Amino acid sequence: MDFASFLIQTLNSLQYGLLLFLVASGLTLVFGIMGIINLAHGSFYMVGAYLAFVLSSATGSLVMAIVLGIPLALVFGAILEWALFSHLYKRDHLEQVLLTYGLILIFEQLRSLLVGDDVHGVAIPAFLDASIQLTEVMSYPVYRLAISAVCVALAVALYYVIQRTRLGMMIRAGNDDRSMVESLGINIDMIYRVVFALGVALAALAGMLAAPISSVFPNMGSQVLIISFVIVVIGGIGSVWGALVAALIVGFADTFGKVLIPELSGIVVYVVMAVVLLWRPEGILKKG
Amino acid sequence: MSNMLLEAKEIHTYYGASHILHGIDFNIREGEGIALMGRNGMGKSTLIKSMLGLVRPRHGRVLVRGDDRSRARTWQIAQQGIAYVPEGRGIFKSLSVRENLLMSARAGVDGRREWTFDRVMETFPRLGERIGNGGWQLSGGEQQMLTIGRALMTNPDLLILDEATEGLAPLIAMEIWRIVKEIRKTGIATVIVDKNHGAVTSICDRAMILVKGQVVFDGSSDETRAQPELIQTHLGV
Repeated sequence: MDFASFLIQTLNSLQYGLLLFLVASGLTLVFGIMGIINLAHGSFYMVGAYLAFVLSSATGSLVMAIVLGIPLALVFGAILEWALFSHLYKRDHLEQVLLTYGLILIFEQLRSLLVGDDVHGVAIPAFLDASIQLTEVMSYPVYRLAISAVCVALAVALYYVIQRTRLGMMIRAGNDDRSMVESLGINIDMIYRVVFALGVALAALAGMLAAPISSVFPNMGSQVLIISFVIVVIGGIGSVWGALVAALIVGFADTFGKVLIPELSGIVVYVVMAVVLLWRPEGILKKG
Repeated sequence: MSNMLLEAKEIHTYYGASHILHGIDFNIREGEGIALMGRNGMGKSTLIKSMLGLVRPRHGRVLVRGDDRSRARTWQIAQQGIAYVPEGRGIFKSLSVRENLLMSARAGVDGRREWTFDRVMETFPRLGERIGNGGWQLSGGEQQMLTIGRALMTNPDLLILDEATEGLAPLIAMEIWRIVKEIRKTGIATVIVDKNHGAVTSICDRAMILVKGQVVFDGSSDETRAQPELIQTHLGV
């Protein structure tokens, strides 16, 4: 592999890993703090991608679609938490899995009714629709760099909120001991709602950002869901930074796996997961 | 008479099929100190948890400042000025000492902010030396000081200490008792569960003894000390 190809694959790995981080960070927070196994989390990615398609068709701009789509996703998440998920916290995992699996079917059916089953493309915003020439024949799309930049900015923002604000302290504390947080008079219901809505919005944003690259198609949430669970497990349940490290590992393993050993590319990520779990059964950054 | 802070009326609590509390009445007024005594498994912690909504009693009512709060969430009860330091301490290990204190800070029910970060630091100088440390790096005594400090940051009117000195070295336990006495002097009501009957009765005005989920004695600390056979019968090992 020459240097230009290596550089391109590295950038692709980063972009893919960072995008997965957006999905997995919400999943790990909801799992860690509320104890909820949310199989419908991948659907939020799908919802985001379809929002990008519908809204950018209506407004003529992906940027506009994202600006409108994020508040919609936040409200959607808050309502969903209030109506359904808030009843699951004290239930066992089987009931959680049943409800959230049912939600996948409902979301897919609604998607089919509202938008249809065709594959759709979403246009890259004009100002990002360019490529950087690396060699005479190879170039790298600016849009993919923009995705990585947005994801890095969000990871920094998430770091700030979780490490430096009182809300973040409460979120981390909730991850340690929910009932103690509640005993201190902190409205844990509100924390749950905020975290859930944030997780939905992050996953939806990932779907919106990915829409122009991957296109928009039925069941696109399920692939992302499985890989996101792999990331949550590798990173350590509840650890956002573990999810970041794990998402990058998965991004590199998947991208380079496809290039270097294409005949085994389907299993590379799972081999990596097995190796990490043999080394650290609790995940990379499971808190001590 | 000062106002009633927290009351339990005819509380029956079950864990699955086992009947833990058999119709307990409990009450504490503003500024009062109650030593809640009894052997292990007699229902002291369950009574506290039942009043805080951490465990739901099957029958009976819980009143906070005279209002029925039997169905209230734990955080709603805590916001009425009730702070709980649980058995086993419950510090947040992912948070630093400073963050453990700051995350719970709020004004009291009447809006006062007597307990600030600085005041907690003055009360627990040892925590000041550990301020940047993670919660997991503290000794047992320091963890206990942190949970008491964290509870004070909510500017409570009632502080509930469940087995605050459990597993601590005698000198550290004495330090905790000294601080609890200081806190009592500021007018905060306290419910204390502890094995050291001498220490708790000297700090509290009233003592209650639970046996098998029922109140067998409720009287002043002086009465309790005047009847050593009470302790012998119900608390002796």
